[in-house]
Amino acid sequence: MTTGSGAGTTAGSTVELVKLTKAYGATVAVDAIDLRVAAGAYCCLLGPSGCGKTSTLRMIAGHEDVSDGDLLIGDQVVNGEPPARRGTAMMFQSYALFPHLDCTDNVAFSLKMKGVAVEERRRRAREMLDLVDMGKYAARLPAQLSGGQQQRVALARALITRPGVLLLDEPLSALDPFLRDKMREELKRLHRELGITFIHVTHSQTEAMALADLVVVMSQGRIEQAGPPRELFNRPRTAFVARFIGGHNVIQSADGLCAVRADRVQLGGGDLRTDGTVRALEYHGASVHLSLDVAGAEDFAVILDETRFYDAPLSIGAPVQIGWNRADAHPLAS
Amino acid sequence: MTVTATQATPGHVPSGQTQPGGGAVHARRWRRVAPYLQAAPLAVTLILFLLIPILTILVVSFWDYDSVRVIPDFVLTNYAELLTSPVTWKTYLNTVKFAALTWAITLVIGFAVAYFLAFHIRSTSWQMVLFLVCTIPFWTSNIIRMISWIPFLGRNGLLNSTLIAAGVIDQPLEFLLFSDFSVVLAYVHLNALFMVVPIFNSMMRIDRALVEAARDAGAAGWQVVWNVILPLSKPGIAIGSIFVVTLVMGDFITVRLMSGGQSASIGLMIANEISLLQYPAAAANAVILLAVVLLMVAAMLRVVDIRKEL
Repeated sequence: MTTGSGAGTTAGSTVELVKLTKAYGATVAVDAIDLRVAAGAYCCLLGPSGCGKTSTLRMIAGHEDVSDGDLLIGDQVVNGEPPARRGTAMMFQSYALFPHLDCTDNVAFSLKMKGVAVEERRRRAREMLDLVDMGKYAARLPAQLSGGQQQRVALARALITRPGVLLLDEPLSALDPFLRDKMREELKRLHRELGITFIHVTHSQTEAMALADLVVVMSQGRIEQAGPPRELFNRPRTAFVARFIGGHNVIQSADGLCAVRADRVQLGGGDLRTDGTVRALEYHGASVHLSLDVAGAEDFAVILDETRFYDAPLSIGAPVQIGWNRADAHPLAS
Repeated sequence: MTVTATQATPGHVPSGQTQPGGGAVHARRWRRVAPYLQAAPLAVTLILFLLIPILTILVVSFWDYDSVRVIPDFVLTNYAELLTSPVTWKTYLNTVKFAALTWAITLVIGFAVAYFLAFHIRSTSWQMVLFLVCTIPFWTSNIIRMISWIPFLGRNGLLNSTLIAAGVIDQPLEFLLFSDFSVVLAYVHLNALFMVVPIFNSMMRIDRALVEAARDAGAAGWQVVWNVILPLSKPGIAIGSIFVVTLVMGDFITVRLMSGGQSASIGLMIANEISLLQYPAAAANAVILLAVVLLMVAAMLRVVDIRKEL
């Protein structure tokens, strides 16, 4: 819990989940997960819909009761605490701006709840709007703003409580691709400047890779793997992680399941070889993506350098010999 | 189309062959007339059932009358007598008092019931069931619902005898029936649902994430209600208020039955004048009442913009 004023730098809080469980009747949405997010980290909860990532976020926020286990923010167990006493602030997927209040009053809402005087809270709200570049829209109602602008206001409203942890529920999914990239940069900048802990729910692996220090891949209420993005990409623990983060081929070999990065597969080279036929190919500018039919793999992808591919172009239906080095085959837990 | 075109062209043009000019003129004329035809059914209905009756009342309000006949004329005596009589002012005051009390009580009840239904009942099917339960009283007529209070509230009624039997009181409570209390009670009973429905409707449109966002910002339960739910329910409150206020302002039967003839309302005053065949006086009274109610509605619409609800 931080109530510092003035300086604008707030220390982040650690977030720790201990055997955290959420059950709705007989269905278990989150199944005894353990996780520790360091203070000031950018953590992405990544997974397909229904994997429990949103339930986890809502439990951290205090909008969902904890069924079992403990939730620690800073060094306090906060299981039963109301949202505002946890030092967290949440940015909702639909932004949830109050439609009857202008931007200033939306941002000042939490200060009003605390009983801060009108002048003071408006002044602080305008400062916060300036921080997210929305100062000139202070008098507008949410309905008069675009999606991206609404999001900035929602961000300002979350940040004005000076939270130790900022919780973001799919913050970029409602934006068009261009704005999404811009807001991604903006989030990263805010994270760097404020130094607080960010926990961000997403189903996009690109978003998680681009933003997070700690990516937590979830599936069916459990954590499949948690680690820095590079570790996840280079050493996926399970077939699910390898498939979900993309860019990998999961292959049944003599030693069991293993993953090979699509960009490490060579045509006509490598220590381990197999045959396939070209099913589809896509030109991506810098690279060419091939989909192959290969015995023993459902879907085999190869990413080739553009110039190298066009030195000896292939067409659909062409037989190819593919191979990879032993060191690039990464064994997976089953 | 063909027929008109043929008529519009000279005889030597074979029938069935339209001249280009005639067709264009026809189409242009049709385009001018079509919107009026489309608006006609509503316009005719409103003219027949709203405008003509009101104009009739307005015209009659300037007629003269004596004890046996109504005399077509243009006199201002009806209005003069009405506005200078202290009885009128007292009755208006009484009616406005009933309307204000009923409005305040139905507002509190309506908001509470709608809030409970909208925010505390989790399942949609239970919401619908409980909402239908609210409408059950409407399966019987207003008069029956009013009259059924009489055996309950009377001097030897259920409530008094129960209280006496329980030793809470020695004497029957006189104020329960044939009093302002019983009038307002009946009004609230009859009209509370008109407040519940539009407020419930407004509340169901409130995004539940707003409540969570308010809680996230540290709002306590009552602060959420006061700062988020109440402002966003305003259109529903305005619509409900218009229903309740206009119904109470125009009522005469509830006052007559529940006050036992001891209290009056403008509606009752008009009903009495009609029974004495004083139609012009009743008409003048009705015109003034209409003006007052319209002013009240206009005042409410100035406070709240209900357009987003319609």
